[in-house]
Amino acid sequence: MTKLDLNGRIVSVRSPDDSPLLWAIRDEIGLTGTKFGCGIGLCGACTVHVDGRATRSCITPVGAVAGAKVTTIEGLDPEGRHPLQIAWIELQVPQCGYCQSGQIMQAATLLRDYPNPTDQDINAVMAGSLCRCMTYVRIRKAIKLAATRMRGGTAGGGSVRGETGHG
Amino acid sequence: MEDALIRRIAIAIVAAAVLGLLGFSLLAWRPAIAPIERPSRANFPAEAIAKGEILAAAGHCAACHSRQGGQPFAGGYALRTPFGTIYSTNITPDPETGIGRWSLEAFARAMHEGVSLDGSHLFAAFPYDHYTKLSDDDVKALYAYFMTQPPVRATAPANTIPFPLNVRALQEGWKILFFRSGRYRTDPSKSAEWNRGAYLAEGLSDCGGCHTPRNLLGAEKASDAYAGAVIEDWIAPALTEANPSPVPWTQDELFSYLRTGVGSLHGATTGPMTPVIRGGLSTVPDADNRALAVYFADIDHASARESAVEAAMSRALATSHLGSGREYDPDARLYAAACIACHYNSGPAPLPARPELALNSALTLPEPTNFIQVVLKGVGNTEGGPGLVMPGYASALTDADIARLAAYLRRTRTDRPPWTDVEKKVVAIRQSPATSQ
Repeated sequence: MTKLDLNGRIVSVRSPDDSPLLWAIRDEIGLTGTKFGCGIGLCGACTVHVDGRATRSCITPVGAVAGAKVTTIEGLDPEGRHPLQIAWIELQVPQCGYCQSGQIMQAATLLRDYPNPTDQDINAVMAGSLCRCMTYVRIRKAIKLAATRMRGGTAGGGSVRGETGHG
Repeated sequence: MEDALIRRIAIAIVAAAVLGLLGFSLLAWRPAIAPIERPSRANFPAEAIAKGEILAAAGHCAACHSRQGGQPFAGGYALRTPFGTIYSTNITPDPETGIGRWSLEAFARAMHEGVSLDGSHLFAAFPYDHYTKLSDDDVKALYAYFMTQPPVRATAPANTIPFPLNVRALQEGWKILFFRSGRYRTDPSKSAEWNRGAYLAEGLSDCGGCHTPRNLLGAEKASDAYAGAVIEDWIAPALTEANPSPVPWTQDELFSYLRTGVGSLHGATTGPMTPVIRGGLSTVPDADNRALAVYFADIDHASARESAVEAAMSRALATSHLGSGREYDPDARLYAAACIACHYNSGPAPLPARPELALNSALTLPEPTNFIQVVLKGVGNTEGGPGLVMPGYASALTDADIARLAAYLRRTRTDRPPWTDVEKKVVAIRQSPATSQ
């Protein structure tokens, strides 16, 4: 039995310590916004935050995050209006959508570390998040739009929120 | 006639052997110390208990005296030595299975002389050769702390040291060869802070226990102090100038690493160092970590090399994006898919939460041991720095993949010669038992 803080709620997970966090999130807890992609940490679809940082949940064992704060796409913003999510909708980034929650979670860590990311920063930090629909161009655009707004820029509406309850 | 002569010589040899054995037994003999009733909390001043708690953290006693998932200080940790496995003992004040019946005198004798309550010699896996340097006051405080912890009934499994090495009296021979009893002696030519650091490092914190290579009989080589050693399938890197990290371990880096588990110019703590820091040194007063930092920054002559820090940092950061561009090197592609999202750094300095591999100790060590360990096992929430988690790739990457990553990073992020036989080493480390904590 592992206890962790999932999206601000303390949950007890029955999965054995060595089972992937992704399985606990999807199958046991039932939050399906986080996707199973490759299962070996090489595509980014399963990205969640552990203590506010993007982590591949398909190869992170539940036991390794005992007591940690885990955030999934459902908890990134209480109303689903994180600046990245707003930008994503505005620019209609997704095509099939399968990888997008992972993309957004990874981008949120990128902007936390580099609030004004260069193309090189985006290339490097987003390199492990694959998109078979090739939405990369719109992903880059949305990241830059969200970054501008989060820095207090003027590029249009949408309230600016941070990740809730996660420091 | 000849027979008689031979018989006489034989008798003389046997007599000498018997006398020698007797003499050795006399030398090795220590009296038992009478057990006492377990003292109550009222016997110990609160300040002594509080001081003992800090000292126990500085000595990371829980690291060896607790097993993974077990009660603190209840023993049972398996220390794998070249001579066999030694299980740590229960040092909670349980009267039957712990040290509840030990008097202060008996506790102090164990710490200073390596002798148990019943007079038997302790194995030097318990580093009394370092604890002998502890002041009487500090031993008293540790005693006060341990005697007021919750008693736990727990008996450690039997050691697997084979005969005759398991004969406790023979430890006297080891002591004659390698053990010098005596408290820490202040070096008047150094500052009080340096001396505090040395007192901790050479005494309670026992840094040499892992970071100093040992001879065939398991004693630390004094002439090679802090030169680095292999321990439990990890490398404890050199703490001297011989440490190959691109940036020297300066006072500030040492302090940050000891205090938080992360030195952003070197990496995060993993493996057997984890319990030394998490729950150990990370909880002691800053002054003590500062003192340790002063001591080791003197040992590795960091100040003489401080001018190289900026250049090493910019060299490292210039390579940080490699792999993220349109590269067709399959090794770079693997690195981009698996690693760069978390390890990339934009300038001018690496972020503590983004371990910069071009500066990381694991990549510049002579062997890929630590690199392989971390890639396979990852870094859990209770290791490394707070809030830093790395997934383990044991089930995700093949031996060949890990070997390729190692070779790629060594080639593109360091100026060191390639590691050899990496794939075989991955196989070997996969098969080694998990670090038992």
